Amino acid sequence: MKRAVPLATGLGVVVVALLLTRLGGNPYYYFAAYVIFQYVVLATAWNILGGYTGYVNFGSAAFFALGAYTAVVLILQFKAPLPVLILAGGLVAGFLGLGIGYLTLRLRGVFFSIATLALAVVLQTMVVNWEYVGGARGINVVRPAAILWFRTYVEFLFVVMVLLAVVSATVAWWLQHSWIGRGLAAIRDNEEAAECMGVPTLRLKLFATTVSGFLMGVAGAPFPYYVTLVEPASAFDLNYAVNSLAMPMIGGTTTWVGPVIGAVLLGTAQQVATVTISSALNLLIVGVVLVAFVILAPQGIVGLARKVWGGRAT
Amino acid sequence: MAGTLLDVQNVTKRFGGFTALNEVNLQVHEGERFGLIGPNGSGKTTLINCVSGSLPNDGGRVLFQGRDITGLPAHQRTRLGIARTFQIPKPFPSMTVLQNLCIPLEYAAPARSHGAPRDDVAAEAMEILRLIGLQAKADVPSIGLNQIEMRKLELARAMAAKPRLLISDEAMAGLSSAEVDDILANLFALNERGITIIMIEHIMRAVMRFSERIIVLDAGEKIAEGTPDQILHNPAVEKAYLGE
Amino acid sequence: MFSFDLLLNVVVAGVLLGGFYAAVSLGISLSFGLLDVVNIAHPVFVILGSYAAYAANSSFGLDPILTGVLFTPLFYLLGVAVYRVYYASFEKKGEESLRGLVFFFGLMFIIEVALLLTFGVDYRLVEASYIGESLRIGSIGIALRLLVPCLVGLLMTAGLYLFLGKTFYGKAVMGVSQDSLALRLMGADPIRIKTIGFGLAIATASLAGALLILIGPVEPSIGREYIGRVFAITVLGGMGSIGGTLVASIILGVAESLMSTFSGPSWAVAVSFSILLVGLAVRPAGLFGR
Repeated sequence: MKRAVPLATGLGVVVVALLLTRLGGNPYYYFAAYVIFQYVVLATAWNILGGYTGYVNFGSAAFFALGAYTAVVLILQFKAPLPVLILAGGLVAGFLGLGIGYLTLRLRGVFFSIATLALAVVLQTMVVNWEYVGGARGINVVRPAAILWFRTYVEFLFVVMVLLAVVSATVAWWLQHSWIGRGLAAIRDNEEAAECMGVPTLRLKLFATTVSGFLMGVAGAPFPYYVTLVEPASAFDLNYAVNSLAMPMIGGTTTWVGPVIGAVLLGTAQQVATVTISSALNLLIVGVVLVAFVILAPQGIVGLARKVWGGRAT
Repeated sequence: MAGTLLDVQNVTKRFGGFTALNEVNLQVHEGERFGLIGPNGSGKTTLINCVSGSLPNDGGRVLFQGRDITGLPAHQRTRLGIARTFQIPKPFPSMTVLQNLCIPLEYAAPARSHGAPRDDVAAEAMEILRLIGLQAKADVPSIGLNQIEMRKLELARAMAAKPRLLISDEAMAGLSSAEVDDILANLFALNERGITIIMIEHIMRAVMRFSERIIVLDAGEKIAEGTPDQILHNPAVEKAYLGE
Repeated sequence: MFSFDLLLNVVVAGVLLGGFYAAVSLGISLSFGLLDVVNIAHPVFVILGSYAAYAANSSFGLDPILTGVLFTPLFYLLGVAVYRVYYASFEKKGEESLRGLVFFFGLMFIIEVALLLTFGVDYRLVEASYIGESLRIGSIGIALRLLVPCLVGLLMTAGLYLFLGKTFYGKAVMGVSQDSLALRLMGADPIRIKTIGFGLAIATASLAGALLILIGPVEPSIGREYIGRVFAITVLGGMGSIGGTLVASIILGVAESLMSTFSGPSWAVAVSFSILLVGLAVRPAGLFGR
């Protein structure tokens, strides 16, 4: 019974998204909504490693872009269908997560974070030098014509992203309530004590890094069809690193709900704001809000809500 | 005569140029109450870290129940039956007292419950809390405890790993006389249940009352071994603590 | 076309670059190596110093190094302020790992974006009499715009080394992460010592930034290249070892110079990352580590 309710809600959300596309409406809304749900996936993915396990990833852009460029390669080589792109993007990014984790997770957490910072720069350099995917100029990807009963392919992508968001949130929800999640929380709370209490810390950290990377790659895989022009500057945009970190920190890091709230609130605000203010100013505001929350409200919006309304089970 | 539970053979540990442990040997028998004392900086906690697996040793071997556990990571040693407390308590701050115990119950204990189901973890945790005397605080966030309650939580959590060997690292430091007796009673009770206990302490009356055998470390080396009485009258021990 | 002359020139350029990298890394060696404060925003403070030098140069024609020196006390105060916030919000509560890191990350791109909004994306450079000149020693050409920053970098390194080794506050800074009890017994407040140490770390960014803009044009996001570099240097050189920082800086400078000449400039960035990873895997304590 406990499991059925969230699953039903998740499915319900996807169904609503499907119905919305039947209703039509300004195509721009689908473009904007796609980005918001993409951030739900990214924020949720970040939080599995950041909020649950306590390891800060500054290089979300690397995993996201890797998912996107894996898709680009598969599109160019095989014209692979979207589900294959998503799975492949996730697997490659997950593998990167495993690799980075394996190299750095035996050391202090800060070294992992520093490595992720440098990782995005290095990966971007590699992509810029790779002519096959267009180098610095980028590459054009032909977006398929409308599919199934959707008016446009973007509306289809929107529904796909909603589905991916629901799946990620479900994964995060399941993890949070599972014995693995409790082990991750122990690692976050006090890694040395966790290890001495029988928690296989290295294995769990590698697990979290891989799952987190996988989901970020999944978020990036549909990107080529979304933007049609895939270039390193936009795929590796600082926005991804900042937002996937800021959204959970602002929403709340200890539960699966926080990143969703953060992504929806912050994502929507940014989509509204891009029309009126420059993207640089937008980033500045996100930065200030992030620092303010980290200093003043470290438990995020979920934490504030708890304080105001007492205990709340999720 | 009970068998040897823990066998530390010629264990050496260096930090850069500094030798913290120099070929230390000790054996702890099953069911024993074992004391480990020595002046500050003599290497007691380092030795414990090498036994529990928190630190890798540079030389020598550690055997547990006849099995060489040198090189095994700490979590595996815990699953084999070694549990320890920390000198400065390290609770899991985001969890309640009860939830703190659920971690070792779920991760360390099942390995030695030989197939017992994972349900009723909370009930088991309550049992342990009752034994230690913390049952009233079960749903309190672990950061909300006072000094002695924290120390008890450390013990309770180590207990929840269902150990054969429990290492208590200065659980009584800074406590009042009555609190010391409280913890001591807990440790006696645990030993009565068949758990071998190594006690590291500076509070002499506690160590002397509790231990059946004591080992004294000084500057990384074992300088004395024997019953409390023997240790009390050992001139080398006096010299180590008081200087000449 | 390979020639010994070319190799020599590339290596010399690398050594000079290394001297400059030392200037940039000193701050991290202090704050991360000695004080255990993971200030990933340090490179962006250096960029801030560059822009200060640029502004003074374009408005008043001031020599960048002069500006760097003049602004050092200001940067020191800035460092003190930042540390006070960091300490009160995170270190005191023991939450410095996750939240402290995020704090510096937020600070990093707040400063970067603020610079972007103020100065725009264009590259900025300074005018100074010695830029564009070079010495010749035999077959080796030494560009002054590399030599001067290197020399100043060496001076800064020597200065910091002496400060840490010979003065009371310097020695206190060196000891504060290891033995704050001993410090307290000596009458020094560990928090005050750390504040001084961190202030000093940010203070170095002023002059380092001036040197940076001497070497080449600057735009707000180039700080990101330096993050990998300074941490690679700090790890390789041994956390907190000033001598190690210098040696590691030169190693990195030479490696990058070689990579840049023979494989292309865009790969130079990958060098620092590789060195960092290798350093972490092989010797987390660095060459001269404690």
